[in-house]
Parts: sequence; C-alpha cells; structure tokens
Amino acid sequence: MRYSYYPGCTLKTRAKAYEDTALSTAKALGLSLTEIKEWQCCGALYPLNTDEIFSFFSPVRALLQTRAAGEDKLVTLCAGCYNVFKRTNKAVREDGELRRKINAYLEEDYMGEVDVVHYLEVLKNDVGFGSIAEKVKKRLTGRKLAPYYGCLLLKPRAEMDLDDVENPTIFENFLNALGATAVSYPYKTECCGSYLSMANEEIASAAVGRILNSAYKNGAEAFVVACPLCKYNLEEYQSELLAASKDPQLKLPVFYFTELLAEALAL
Amino acid sequence: MKVITEKINYNLLREVEEVSGQKVSACFQCGKCSGGCPVVWSMDVLPHQVLRYAQLGLVDELLHSKTLWICASCQTCDSRCPRNVDIPKVIEALRLIILRNKGGNYLHPNDLPARVRENAPQQGLVSAFRKYAK
Amino acid sequence: MKRIGVFICWCGSNIAATVDIDRVIAAAQKMSGVVYADQNKYTCSEIGQAMIKDAIKEYRLDRVVIGSCSPRMHENTFRKTVESAGLNPYYLEIANIREQCSWVHKDKEAGTAKAISLIRTAVAKAAMNEALFAAEMPITRRALVIGGGIAGIQAALDIADTGFEVDLVEREPSIGGRMAQLDKTFPTLDCSACILTPKMVDVAQHEKIKLITYAEVDKVEGYLGNFTVTIRSKARSVDLQKCIGCGECIAKCPSKVASEFEEGLVQRRAIYTPFPQAVPNKPAIDRAHCRFFTAGKCKVCQKVCPADAIDYEMADRLLTNQYGAIVVATGFDTHKLNNYGEYAYGKHPDVLTSLEFERLLNASGPTGGKILRPSDGKEPKTVAFIQCVGSRDKAKGNPYCAKICCMYTAKHAILLSEKVPGSKAFVFYIDVRTAGKDYEEFYTRAYEECGASYIKGNVSKVFPDGDKLLVRSVDVLSGALVELSVDMVVLAASVDARADAKELAQKLAVTVNAHKFFTEAHPKLRPVDTQTAGIFLAGMCQGPKDIPETVAQASAAAVKVAAIFSKQSLLGNPTVAEVEPKLCSGDLSCMAVCPYGAISEQVVEERRGREMVPRKIAQVNAALCQGCGACTVACRPGAINLKGFTNQQILAEVDAICL
Repeated sequence: MRYSYYPGCTLKTRAKAYEDTALSTAKALGLSLTEIKEWQCCGALYPLNTDEIFSFFSPVRALLQTRAAGEDKLVTLCAGCYNVFKRTNKAVREDGELRRKINAYLEEDYMGEVDVVHYLEVLKNDVGFGSIAEKVKKRLTGRKLAPYYGCLLLKPRAEMDLDDVENPTIFENFLNALGATAVSYPYKTECCGSYLSMANEEIASAAVGRILNSAYKNGAEAFVVACPLCKYNLEEYQSELLAASKDPQLKLPVFYFTELLAEALAL
Repeated sequence: MKVITEKINYNLLREVEEVSGQKVSACFQCGKCSGGCPVVWSMDVLPHQVLRYAQLGLVDELLHSKTLWICASCQTCDSRCPRNVDIPKVIEALRLIILRNKGGNYLHPNDLPARVRENAPQQGLVSAFRKYAK
Repeated sequence: MKRIGVFICWCGSNIAATVDIDRVIAAAQKMSGVVYADQNKYTCSEIGQAMIKDAIKEYRLDRVVIGSCSPRMHENTFRKTVESAGLNPYYLEIANIREQCSWVHKDKEAGTAKAISLIRTAVAKAAMNEALFAAEMPITRRALVIGGGIAGIQAALDIADTGFEVDLVEREPSIGGRMAQLDKTFPTLDCSACILTPKMVDVAQHEKIKLITYAEVDKVEGYLGNFTVTIRSKARSVDLQKCIGCGECIAKCPSKVASEFEEGLVQRRAIYTPFPQAVPNKPAIDRAHCRFFTAGKCKVCQKVCPADAIDYEMADRLLTNQYGAIVVATGFDTHKLNNYGEYAYGKHPDVLTSLEFERLLNASGPTGGKILRPSDGKEPKTVAFIQCVGSRDKAKGNPYCAKICCMYTAKHAILLSEKVPGSKAFVFYIDVRTAGKDYEEFYTRAYEECGASYIKGNVSKVFPDGDKLLVRSVDVLSGALVELSVDMVVLAASVDARADAKELAQKLAVTVNAHKFFTEAHPKLRPVDTQTAGIFLAGMCQGPKDIPETVAQASAAAVKVAAIFSKQSLLGNPTVAEVEPKLCSGDLSCMAVCPYGAISEQVVEERRGREMVPRKIAQVNAALCQGCGACTVACRPGAINLKGFTNQQILAEVDAICL
C-alpha cells in the first residue's frame, strides 16, 4: 500500500522519535510512505476567520503534490497537521466559492481529489488492527496505558470524522491489538491547554493537572498520544504538579502511539 | 455593567459576524459551551456570555476581556452547541479586531517562557503566534 | 350569450383603499356578457348576499362573478347564495382581489388595473362554467383505529359510544401504550395505571369494539367512506380462545430478553405479557428470542400449558376489512442518545433516561417502586435531571421542543423528594415551559415545596467519578461554574416520530413533516384532519403533546368520524378529472402522477374497420379524485379535463389576462 506522507515541522525536530517510529513501523507493515517534495509548514492551525485565504495555500499545495505523485491518500502524523489538512480538504470539496478563490492563486486547480488520512486510520482501515495483532512480536501485556486523544484528532465534530467525538475508541482498539490494557478515564478528550502553554502557562498546567489526576486515579502508568503539543504539555507540567501533589507515583511518561507499535513489533 | 444606548455598537457586531461567519443571534443561552470549556475557570467573560454581550451589541466590552486570549480553540463548545454556533470563530474574529490594529499583538517572542524556548514543539510556537500576533 | 352579473366587494377598506371600485365597476360593465355590475361594502354580509340574490332574479343572471377575498374564505358562502337563487352553485366564479391584489399593492393605480384584469379573467371563465353535480357515495359505518395507546383507546371508546363499530389495531401483544409505562401523571399526580386501566377494560368489554392486538396495517386502499384495509395479524403462537391467562408458560420459559416495557432495565421471557394489567392478559411468543424457534428444541411452554393453547404452527394471517374512516394514533419513540456521548448514557449504569426513571418509580417496575441505583441498589441522595437531551438541538438532535419534559421532570423531582427523604434534585434546564392548566403551579411546587434546585444551564458533560457522577455545567443566570457530584443522572430524552411513520403514511396516502410526524390539514383550523378525507390523527403521532391534549385530540377525531357516519350518504367533490376516451392515447402518464391512486387503466373495445379492437385508456375514479389537476398537465394529448377547471376555461382566463 502506497501513500504520500506529510511530516510537518515538528516531526523533523522535536518529534523526531514520532517520525522515526512511524516510518520504521510502516516499513515493517509493508506500507510505503513517500515524503512529498518541497512541503511547507501547514500553518499549524486551521483558519477560523472567513476573510483570509493565504493560510490555505500551503496545505493545498501539499495536496497537489500528492496528486502529482499519482497518489490518492496523504498520510499525516502530527494531530495539528491532520486537523489542518482534513478541514482544508473538506472545505475545498464543499465550498465552491472558497475553492475558486484558492485556485485563482495556484498554478493548478485542486478539487479535493486526495483523501487526508491519519497514520492511525491507515493502521485501522488499511492494515487492520487484527492483522497488527498477528504481527506483534512482543505483546505489551500488563502495560496500563491511558489513551489521550486531545482535541485536534476529533474536533470539530462536523468536520473530523475520525471517531466519535465524545467516546472515541480507536486508540483503545489499537492498544488492545498490541496486547496492552487501555485505561478508561473520563478526561481522555479534555483539552490539554494547547498553545496556551506558550503564553499562559498556569492555565495549561491546570488543564494538564486534571487529565493527569484522572488518568492516574484510574490506574494508568503512561499516556499514549498522537500530537507533539499534547506530549509537550503533558510532560512539561508533570514535575511541578508532582512536587505539589507529594505523590511520587504520579509520574506518567508520554509515548507516541508509534513508539509503542515499534516496541511491540520489536523494531 | 450597564446596557446603555451609547455602548451598543452594532457596526462592530456586524464586523464580528462577517469575519467569523457566525450568527450570534442563533444562540439561546443554554450555557452548554461554558459548562464544557476546559479553561473556563480562568475566563472573565464566559463563552455563553461572549455571545450574550455580542447579541446586546456590547462588543467593546468583549474587546477588553481576558477570555479572548484564553480560548484554546479546542472546539469542545461548538461540537456540543445545539444551535450550531462556532464560538471559537466568534472569539477569533474579536481577537483579529485587536490584532489587526497597530500595537495589538498579545505575545512577543521575548515574552516566551524559558522552557518554551528550550523544548516547545514548533507546532505550539506557530499556533501561539498565529493566535496572539500579526 | 350568457348573462353575467359582477359584484365587487370593498371588504371595508381592505380592498377599497387600494382599488378604485367605481372604475372596476365601469370596466366590468363593458366586458362581454356582463349585464349587471354593482358593489357592496361587505358582500359576505346578509345584505350583500341579498343584493346578489335580488340581482339574479331581476336581471335574469345565469353566471355570477364576485370580486372579493380568496375563495378559501367565502366560496362556500357564495355558492349557497347563488344556489338559493336557483342557480347551480358552480356557476359562481370568485376573483381574488384582496390577497392577490389589494393586500400586496400599495399603489392604487396599479391595484385598480390589476383588479380589473382579475375581474376580466373571472368573467371569461364564468362564461364557460358548466353546471356540476356531486355524486352520492355509500358509507361503511365501521372505523379503524390504528394504535392502542391512550389516544387510540380514547378515540375507539368515543366512536363506539356513538353507536358505531370500531376495530382497534395494536402492534404489541397488549394495548396501553406509553401511558401504561408511566407511574404518576402531571399535574395532579394521579396514578397513570389507575386512570388508564379502566379504559383498557372498557375497550375489551365494549360490544362495539373489536380488539386486534399483535397486528399491523399492511395495506390501505379506497377512500372516504369506503376504505379497504389489510391487517396483518402476527402469529402470536398462543390461541387467544383457549388461553386462560394462567401464566404457567411464562414462569417456566427458559429464554430471557430485555423487556421493552421495562425499558431494558430487567428481562422478560420469550413468552410474555408485557405488564401485569395487560389487555388481553394473554401471552405471545417472541419468536426471535424463543428457544424453540431459534434452536429447534424446548417446547416447555406447550408442556406446561393446561389449556393446550400454545400453537407453534400458527402463521401470520391477513384480514381484509372495510372501513368508512380511519384514526391514526401510533404514538412516538423516545430519542436514541447515540449522539450524546457527553452524558455517559450506556457508559455508566446510573445515567438513566426519564422513562427508565419512570419505571423505577412504578410499583410494578423492576424495583417495586423504590428509587434505587442500578449500579449498587442504593438510594440516590442527589439526582441531576438534564432537560432537552436531543430536543431544541438542531446540531445533533431534534430542533423542536418535546413539550412534555419540563412537566414530567417537575413530577420526577416532586416524587424523588417524597420517596427518598433528605434527597435533592438538581434540574438543569434551558427554559422551563409550563403552558397548561395548573402546570405553572405544579412546577412551582417542585422548587418551592419539594426543594428541587433549578439551574439554568445545559449540562455539558457528565464525568463518571468512582461511584459518583460529576456533572459540569454553568449557571447562566449568575455566571457561576457548576460542578456537582451526584448519585444519579436522569436524561430527558426527546421524543421522535415512530421510526416507521413514513411507511405508514405512504400506505395511508397522508403526509409527514420533516421529522416524520403526520401532517394535519391545517395547523389551526383542522388539527385532527389529514389532507386525505376520512383519515384523522390523534396523539403524539401528529406532534409532541401531553396526555390531556392527546385525549382531547382523540375525542375530536372520534367526533369527526361520527360526523361522517351520521350522514345518509357522502357527497363527492364534483370538480374531478374526466377522461375524453377519444383523445386518450393510453400512455397513462396521468396514472403515474396521480397522488391519490384515482386513475386506473381500462380496456375499451373500438371499431377499427370491421374489427373490434381492444385499446387501453385511462379511467378516473371520481370518488378518489381530489381535483388537484396534476393529471391534466401530464396528459400530452389533452384528453383529461378537470371539471370546473377545463383546459378551455384556463385558456380563456389566460387570454383575458393577456389583454
């Protein structure tokens, strides 16, 4: 199975482990991910205003690159990129006026021919969790992992149809396939504070604290994420929350789901 | 707070509605947005109050609120809104009214916390500067 | 040459303010065939009508044109007027110079010109009006009521009490419907079963009512006064004649399945009666869950039955009956909460729907009427009631208000305070709507006397937290954030039309709205009629409503039925389509577009040379035709005419308006 692949800025630097494990597991599973040429930053956030279109150009160019490469699916890893690409693609497909405006600035017309998929979706739909379970060499038996979805994978409800917004299960099913135990806790979709950690740390820290407590109370030993910013927030505030809570057990490491997959496939 | 004729600014409200693409009159003040907002406790104007003030034409009040810089655009509120109002878009429009004015930037690279410079993912930095500066 | 009289109405200032009546009269007097023209301030008044009658006699008028309000208002009045002066009522023609002229124009000059044009059009048509006569049709004086809830029960009893026969068809093994599931009823708190079961017994005992349970309507044909309905009597597997209702079979049945009547809170057996006061109180076998029907072995019920009533061979039977009128009373479904993951319904056992909570309150329910948590069987001390779950939600539920939830939640709060001393109800609402007699007082009682705390705020999320449930909301009035830890959460799930309402509507040739509720003929003035003559609506199937409204509507529907049955015969609508056989090409485009199934194919023998050759042509059943005219447009050779609106008449109007 062949795909175009859009890494995004963070995957080449801070989240190198995410990219490395994604690419190595893809190879092991017989998936061909080809990085598209000359990609630029996707903009990190989908534009929420109606009076700017320049922020659509970068994702649309990447989608055009995918089409030019003869592929019909573009795979992303970073939840931020995924959110931007998926929503941009949907907007281009459904909003004729926006499509016309964007295409007026581009050399070629893009009509929404490419599908945007997250690597997690590739694993679920194209490989199959059942098939992954069969390929697992080292089952993660006994590992109690808290899937943390964050926001960007799932919301807004009407635009991202990866999974049920309130009670998603794709991470749980993935973890079960690896032999791990997915911990159930009610904060798995509550926002970690996102970019507030760049300017309002105390707010992000409090948001993380609630997630951390909920996961810990329900028996989690680590978090599993798909978003570099979620990982940063969950990790950065742990030490100070730890100091405040006087509970040394509270330390919960944060893994990208691909790291666990690589471990289970013994790569 | 007092609603008086002089404070009502429907021109600014129209700008907010245009830039956001949202109709604030659709809101019936059920409060589901505020109830589920993960950072609501740090806001001075709650999400449903943002829409209420907007409905009343009190846009200037909103432009002075901390809430604009606290909303993380996590889209929990609009994913549950029974009236299909996308509040993050309304807040974005309010933010842009400020940011598009000279000197309106909320965040300067020099203000970044030390650990952010050390460890933060680009994703976070790009997001923050897109939300907080122009 | 016809002798046409023209009468222009002022309608007070409604018409006269925008139309120069004198100029219209002067213009009318010059129109071809017009021998008399006059005006009146209120033509519909007795004086105005007398003026028309006098003029008909004095000027020997044989056609009458009235320029006035819409024919929807006074066509009947004026038809009777001309009829009493000795003319055929269809010699009358109305020009609508109010709704279609004076009301929509401001400029008197333009309004006058348009009024003249409309009068000229009506005069041109009136000159071609023919005498029309309504056909008489016989009536089958037996009614069919579909649905055995409180609406169907009330309608059946009221029709039967007027002396006419009624068949009451119910899909479930027992009548009773939703009301049978309820504990107490607002605003009086009388026991639902205590007021419902006597009516159920009345139905069973009424000599004019035939009860057909475990049956559904398969096919409906015919028309007002003469419907032919095929009813599928589902294989009950229990012979109702032999069964003595002892219940031995139920006690011994080994197969268990979630009880629909108990909202899935407990299990019932595969052979079951839905509830203790069922009518008939005789079981049915749910074949989808019966061990014998699924695995081929068992037959325990047959072995223990002392009356030899179990019949595994029983098959569905089709009953075909004639009815003169039909009352549809098929009720509602509760809204499925799949889109409301934020409330943890189905994730946590102590998050219940209101109907499930109702069963906990009920003495015959799974807890014997005690309010106990499904998780641990303990009494909840704090209960959060969440309103509008799936209602008033255009994003992921129903955009409409379910109407009953505010009141039943006030009832639940009151009953909670009575049954669990020291308990506390928190009611999360968007608006509290209590428009009904004694309703506001009842709501007041909930918060003033029974300690319910009303919080204006739509709960955003319920977080399961150990054996507690954390409810997060906001108090919109104070702006305070609300985080309450409670023992139980009750969701006021919205009401939906029945999932198969649209299918039934198609069988009945009636319409449903966007939410699949049956559509009434007029939202204010014909609220129990459908657009199809002889078919009436009662209860929730027409839209959300409470028990008093449902009962009132059911009685209204019954009177409508009785009014039909009280007539000697029915007069048809004379403005029906008519086929000119010579012109009909037999391609039957008309048949395809007819919404009433009034057109069929017939074969006529025609002489061609020496031979008689069969040829198919269209034929209109005048009793079914509602005069919509769709066929006349679809007919390419122009072989179909609508009486009173013939192609020639329409063309004459077009010519006149183009002058």
